[in-house]
Amino acid sequence: MDAPANRTVQSVGQGREGELLEVAMGPQHPSTHGVFRMDVVLDGETVVKLKPVFGYLHRNHEKIAENTSYLGSMPYTDRLDYFCSLSNNWAYALSVEKLAGLQVPERAEYIRLITAELTRVLNHTCLVGFLLQDMGALGTPLMYAFREREKILDLIESLTGARMMCNYMRFGGCRCDLPAGWLDEAKKVVAEYPRFLDEFDKLLSGNEILMARTQGVGKLSAELAISAGITGPMLRASGVDYDLRKVDNYGIYSRYPFRVPLGDHGDVYDRYMIRMLEMRESLKLLEPALNDIPDGPVVDPKAKLRGFRPKPGEAYGRIESPKGELGFHLISDGSPNPYRYRVRPPSLINLTILEDMCLGQTIADAVITLGSVDIVLGEVDR
Amino acid sequence: MLGTGILKGMAVTAKNFVGSYHDSEHPLTTSEYPEQRIAPKENARQFPFLVHDTEDAMKGLRCVACQICEKECPPQCIYIVKSKDKRADYKGQMQLYPVTFDIDLSVCMSCQICVEVCPFEAIKMDTEFELSNTDRFGGLLVNKHQLAKPNEHYRKIHPTEAAVSDASLAVEVAKAQAKAKADVEAKAKAAAEAKAKAEAAAAAGPIGTAPTAPAPKPTAPAAASAAPPAA
Amino acid sequence: MPLETIEQILARAEAAVPGAQLTIVKNDSPCAQHSLAVDVEHAYAVAQFLRDDPQLRLDYCSNVTGVDYLDAELSEKVKVKKLVDGVEKEVEEVKKTQRAGYLEAVYHLYSMALKHGPVILRQRTPGRADPVRVTSLTPLWRSAEFQEREVFDLYGVLFDGHPDLRRILMWDGFKDYPMRKDYVEPDDYEYEPTPHDEVLARAKAHQAAREVGA
Ligand code: SF4
Ligand code: SF4
Repeated sequence: MDAPANRTVQSVGQGREGELLEVAMGPQHPSTHGVFRMDVVLDGETVVKLKPVFGYLHRNHEKIAENTSYLGSMPYTDRLDYFCSLSNNWAYALSVEKLAGLQVPERAEYIRLITAELTRVLNHTCLVGFLLQDMGALGTPLMYAFREREKILDLIESLTGARMMCNYMRFGGCRCDLPAGWLDEAKKVVAEYPRFLDEFDKLLSGNEILMARTQGVGKLSAELAISAGITGPMLRASGVDYDLRKVDNYGIYSRYPFRVPLGDHGDVYDRYMIRMLEMRESLKLLEPALNDIPDGPVVDPKAKLRGFRPKPGEAYGRIESPKGELGFHLISDGSPNPYRYRVRPPSLINLTILEDMCLGQTIADAVITLGSVDIVLGEVDR
Repeated sequence: MLGTGILKGMAVTAKNFVGSYHDSEHPLTTSEYPEQRIAPKENARQFPFLVHDTEDAMKGLRCVACQICEKECPPQCIYIVKSKDKRADYKGQMQLYPVTFDIDLSVCMSCQICVEVCPFEAIKMDTEFELSNTDRFGGLLVNKHQLAKPNEHYRKIHPTEAAVSDASLAVEVAKAQAKAKADVEAKAKAAAEAKAKAEAAAAAGPIGTAPTAPAPKPTAPAAASAAPPAA
Repeated sequence: MPLETIEQILARAEAAVPGAQLTIVKNDSPCAQHSLAVDVEHAYAVAQFLRDDPQLRLDYCSNVTGVDYLDAELSEKVKVKKLVDGVEKEVEEVKKTQRAGYLEAVYHLYSMALKHGPVILRQRTPGRADPVRVTSLTPLWRSAEFQEREVFDLYGVLFDGHPDLRRILMWDGFKDYPMRKDYVEPDDYEYEPTPHDEVLARAKAHQAAREVGA
């Protein structure tokens, strides 16, 4: 195959041999959030070239799914973005429901909204912790974040049976109903959460070191963000108003008012702030949803667990996962296994412009720029 | 003023440090495992086990070796060999049983799909998680003797779920018994009718043959009713 | 503003790009996301039209996928008029057609400016024999860069005009294309405690090899 040759250092540093330094950061590097490598070319401390390299965690999830029944792929979706398994479950269930034309009962829609928003809070909490860790604020912010995250994980465990690998949603609903007393516990956690956010704001948002370190770093313009298909908080930090919860109106998001925070500068600080604000909006969504949840069945009685065979056709379903647009493209040929199963991974596509954001910055800024993208390698590599 | 942000931040850390020992509402969040243990959540799931009903674990396994779970398990970590003979299950129906039932815990991903698809309430999720082992392969490959646990264990770890499962089993058993009873009654009724017919036929037929006839068989009326024209 | 129907888009794209061969690919599932198939030569022009047309403004390419279709025999029921015993009758016959296999690159396009979508664009290759080529749309949408690399990596579709077409998930020395439907896994057997079915057959083969070698 005649693929274009690998571009190497020589093409960048023509005539400057000996002055440029090529460094492979990773795959085992504490700042790369997993087994991820950045091949950077440095002029002194300045990045002149950066190529992300991944695939260390590649297991060909899509091929596995094409050899497994529709139901059998559900637990594998947990392992894509292992922080947000409930969002992944929802995206997959939504796509299959589009493909097979299943209806989701009212109560299940509420449970889905609640669990997805809890997951968003959980993901953003971890991310701000990790981002601060990348900046050198070792330990404290991350431990505070993990302390809060654990409260949500406790809720998720008592609902789904597992902290992270939930495998909870089913085509046409959810696997089981809420356990007794769950709603009260959830209300308590939601009511307590702003205390943590206020504390975190006090601890960090006005902190001079944080501002000096992040403002004006890793800038991304709105035009480039749109063209590069950036989604989620990163896109909105660049000032583009595009949130699938508003655009697609999937689930029951249209019933409750919430705001979509937008940034001005598209730098790392904006991305940090967007996440802090999004958490507050999610809590605002959770409060009424926890109060309004109706009684009823949690799964479409027409949905079959075994022997599920959608009619031939295809569907693309997408949701606003905490990291961006998570989509599943499914093609059915009428057999029990999908003919084509494709995941649109937001983490991978948000990495497209990593080089553009890092060029001309110092290597330390490249680290926090990567941190602000919010990647999970389970999803990048699939 | 430059530095206020930092001072505020320091105040927060100090408050958290002191608070974790003295604030009763926001105490320390960690616990000293393994000395302190937190009870598992009721819904918690780790790895599957097989439920048995009677004292003798191997005789009372509910599993009928239908192999549905083996087929549906996404990473294919269940291995079942069916028996050649049959034995009575909890409903009194003759069923197969598993000669071999292995689960490879090093492959199992605790997804609970086997539990969901099993139509016989035979496999359930355990909450045991301390399974570390020095033998990576053999030590984590568990057979049916290690997997079998009594129904009381299930009731203990998942009381709500077990109540539902027990109730549905009770319904099944009641149905089976009712059906068996109905079957017996229907048989008795059919037999009685046949007998009556046979007697009637015999009364019409030549004396001496019918009264000595043995217990009525389905064929008896036909034979008896064929008799009169000849007489 | 709601999106035009696929037929309207097709008509306008044909008018805007003379010579383009566009067909509608029907989708029978309840969501009815139909798609446009375009020939490889005119794919770039059609895509540019879709992106820049003021009524469509599909500025956001969300998803790029490859799909592999093997050679297949399609059977279709057709009604034919036939003379049966001298009388003309309508008879149902199963008509078999050979479909040559092909590879496909699928693009899901949305508009962030007008908030509509999806419009699905498919480029089909004439056959499956290497090299299979389609036109890269990375110059129009940067988001296609990594995804087209992935389709190249896993399906072996070459994208003409892609700036940096390298393997992305598999390592550089890897030879085959694992997502193709006729891909054969390499026989790199590892000991598994519960082998059954095909795995058991492979395990036995390896066992035999070891014993012979010992
Ligand atoms: S555990 Fe259940 S599904 Fe599995 S073989 Fe036994 S009866 Fe069948
Ligand atoms: S829990 Fe999942 S992986 Fe484990 S045996 Fe059951 S079906 Fe298989």
